[in-house]
Amino acid sequence: MEERRIRKYVPVTLRVDENGKIRPLVIEFDEQHKYLVDKVLDVRRAACQSAGGVGDRFTCRIQGQETYIWLEKGRWFIAAKPEYLTPDEAESKPET
Amino acid sequence: MGREILHCDANCFYAAVEMQRNPDLRGKPVAVCGNQEERHGIVLTASYPAKRRGVKTGMAIWQARQACPELVVVPPDYPEYMRISGMLREIFGSYTNLVEPFGLDEAWLDVSGSRELFGSPMEIAEEISARVKFELGITVSIGVSNNKITAKLGSDYKKPDAITRIMPNNYEQIVYPLPVEDLLYVGPATSAKLRRAGISTIGKLAECSEDFLSRRLGKMGLVLKTFAMGLDPTPVHPCDHVQAIKSVGNGCTAPRDLVNDDDVKIMLYLLSESVALRLRELAARCSVVGLYVRDCELASFTRQRKLQEPTCSSAEIAETAFDLFKRNYHWDMPLRGVGVRGSELVDTTNGVQLSLYADSIKREKWEKIDGAMDRLRHRYGYLSIQRAIVQTDPLLAAVDPSQHTIHPVGYFAG
Ligand SMILES: [Mg+2]
Repeated sequence: MEERRIRKYVPVTLRVDENGKIRPLVIEFDEQHKYLVDKVLDVRRAACQSAGGVGDRFTCRIQGQETYIWLEKGRWFIAAKPEYLTPDEAESKPET
Repeated sequence: MGREILHCDANCFYAAVEMQRNPDLRGKPVAVCGNQEERHGIVLTASYPAKRRGVKTGMAIWQARQACPELVVVPPDYPEYMRISGMLREIFGSYTNLVEPFGLDEAWLDVSGSRELFGSPMEIAEEISARVKFELGITVSIGVSNNKITAKLGSDYKKPDAITRIMPNNYEQIVYPLPVEDLLYVGPATSAKLRRAGISTIGKLAECSEDFLSRRLGKMGLVLKTFAMGLDPTPVHPCDHVQAIKSVGNGCTAPRDLVNDDDVKIMLYLLSESVALRLRELAARCSVVGLYVRDCELASFTRQRKLQEPTCSSAEIAETAFDLFKRNYHWDMPLRGVGVRGSELVDTTNGVQLSLYADSIKREKWEKIDGAMDRLRHRYGYLSIQRAIVQTDPLLAAVDPSQHTIHPVGYFAG
């Protein structure tokens, strides 16, 4: 069983190429932590087992580390460890 | 030339989707239930832990809670189920263009022509199963055979998350001992007839003489015998689900003749419930309600009426159908069957709040329906309601007024 994570919805800066293909450039974990995406290594449909959710999973290299970020129904989320969430986010229910 | 057919069935679909997106629900007894605000809702799908505690599709919520006090009740989110269902079909569609959906969570695939590109039917089944798990976080049961009916028996045979291959060499061993009701198209009325004749298993049906069956069940008896023998020749009909569905109907040969308005009303409410459920599954509403009536001498007629506004409320559909009935039938003789159909469907996926029942429908209407359901359950047994819950489009021909046979359907989602 994978460790329980929480979906943390995040603002993302995108680039759209001439074919309409999108690519995240910057992921804003919070005000103080905005991360540049060095490279998108893979995109595929995937369920997020640890936090729930189904969408397009982008495998991104950020500061030398591989990180997943999901695009689901137009919103972007990462599977965050509960301890990294603000009390507000931790309390809020995962889905609408 | 033998065909290679898969039947894929997502396990506890609604509940599985809810447990996927909310990990806190996993491993718990969960039931997706309609209309809980009004306390008249029923269980649409239960998780395996809930099923093990006796929670069943079609149960009233209060009954389910009685069976399992710690049951977690979740309201349905049809747009989400349709989204996942669409992705499920994308997976199926990557192995063959011959995909026939059956409800939101089941489909037949003809993979006879897919071997070169994708491997053997078992390899394709294994790949589908793994992809559904990885991409959608839910599980499927898959039946592999050379025809649709047997493939469906295969997906029912072992769940969840299993693959069963049934071919001529193991057919009798696996299929013959199964209860005759497991066969698609054997509904309560047919089951009762077969059992009265001592035919309780699929094997007995397969081995029964044609003479005997056609005397007891007419043409349908012979069709069922070929199904029981694993000889279903019907092709996999590819279709785009929502667009292709022009109407949603449900007809039923009554367990006994219908002799008065009350009998008919009960049947119409019951059938409308399944029509409305199906509409809500499709995130659609119907603009026209149609009524189909067949009397004891097999004469039949249809009437229909355009509604002021599209609806997916079973109460409104039933009342319209019943009003059509009262205006058009004058009891010259008892009835064998009635049917209800919603047509001119409109999509409500976007924009319209999908409350399970239209807001304008008042509580007392619901109480009427529940009253009818209760009376029916009292009269015909609890299963009479469960059996009618879902009817999907390949069987819509069953209420085609040009045919005199109305196939009762012993199939419901779950
Ligand atoms: Mg299913």
